[in-house]
Amino acid sequence: MNVLEIRDAYRTHGTGEASVHALRGVTLTVAPRELVAVMGPSGSGKSTLLNLAGGLDRPSRGDVFVEGQQIGAMSRRQLAAMRRRSIGYVFQDLNLLPSLTAAENVALPLELDGVGVRKARQQAIAALGEVGLSELAPRFPDEMSGGQQQRVAIARALIGDRRLVLADEPTGALDSQTGEAVLRLLRTRVDAGAAGVLVTHEARHAAWADRVVFLRDGVIVDTSGPLTEAEQLLEPAS
Amino acid sequence: MSIRHGLLALLERGPMYGYQLRAAFEESTGATWPLNIGQVYTTLNRLERDGLVRPLPENDGGQRPYEITENGRADLAVWFATPINRTDRPRDELAIKLALAITTPGVDVKTVVQTQRTATMRALQEYTRLKTRGDDDLDLPWRLVLDAMIFQAEAEVRWLDHCEASLVRHTRTPRPTSATSRPAPEHSEVTYERS
Repeated sequence: MNVLEIRDAYRTHGTGEASVHALRGVTLTVAPRELVAVMGPSGSGKSTLLNLAGGLDRPSRGDVFVEGQQIGAMSRRQLAAMRRRSIGYVFQDLNLLPSLTAAENVALPLELDGVGVRKARQQAIAALGEVGLSELAPRFPDEMSGGQQQRVAIARALIGDRRLVLADEPTGALDSQTGEAVLRLLRTRVDAGAAGVLVTHEARHAAWADRVVFLRDGVIVDTSGPLTEAEQLLEPAS
Repeated sequence: MSIRHGLLALLERGPMYGYQLRAAFEESTGATWPLNIGQVYTTLNRLERDGLVRPLPENDGGQRPYEITENGRADLAVWFATPINRTDRPRDELAIKLALAITTPGVDVKTVVQTQRTATMRALQEYTRLKTRGDDDLDLPWRLVLDAMIFQAEAEVRWLDHCEASLVRHTRTPRPTSATSRPAPEHSEVTYERS
């Protein structure tokens, strides 16, 4: 089953003359162990697409399914629970809470979901270990480098059994080596069974994905993935 | 790059015969630049003619190693010290193809751009896979060659993106002609008329 399924989604902001069509009939499915990158210029609808995928926004027309559940049919409470349990976000601007330590930041989604503080903390430290930061667990965000903060944000996005990881320019202002480390973590998580959507404007980062879709003016204009069997037959042998 | 200087650089490590040179060349470029043995021998002959390498006696296996000469070393030093001039590189077929696509009737430029972008993106994905597969075990030289290909492919994708955006903008706001003002064509159709 696809973890994410967006069917013929439209998203229009405003009405009448002043309306803006952020997405115009986008269909996208993401399976487990699949990382899909979304590329496109500013204003092409990348972030709108990610917001629909994460249930932060609803389509004006069309459907969005996460793990087979239709987001449009959920109550706000159900949606909030789904976001906490099934979906992990990595934002460009980290969104770490400055007054909480790394471990507390990572444990937060679990605690909000009713997991006991102690258990949540244990899982948080394990998640920080996965991103190579276990020894920084007691530090506050402002005591860490940008790259370390981004890894904390990733640990938070990946904690628990999240099946869908959504990343919006997760390499942000990081230097190319640190950015690569972030992508490697994302890739590892996806290879271990999650489904991932990566929004980026850098082709070099998009290349970590199994499939790259190009958005322009709210429409998918182009998809690049592995060659189909038919295409392989047409490829000249190297 | 000249195969010439590649071979000189390899001979700077010590004398080698043709097959060794070919293997070493391919190893240091991660097999991204396959050489045939004929190219190696032709190049060695020219280097010998120019006094940059000299043949040594054949070994027991009947292979003739070559060694670099003092002139060869000097030539190599100049090569390393001189930046590569962009105009010395082969002309960019893709840029020319796109320029021609725009001015050739009946060619859908958008499709040309998208087809190329898909292909380049696939290449970029493949290089990235190679890089992640090997990870830290990869030799530094090979990793840097791979990175160069990655950055070049990325630049090409960016340029193609830029082309596509320019095409869209161009068709939305056609340059007004002196006599009549035409309504803007639908941006989905890319047609060009020279005024």
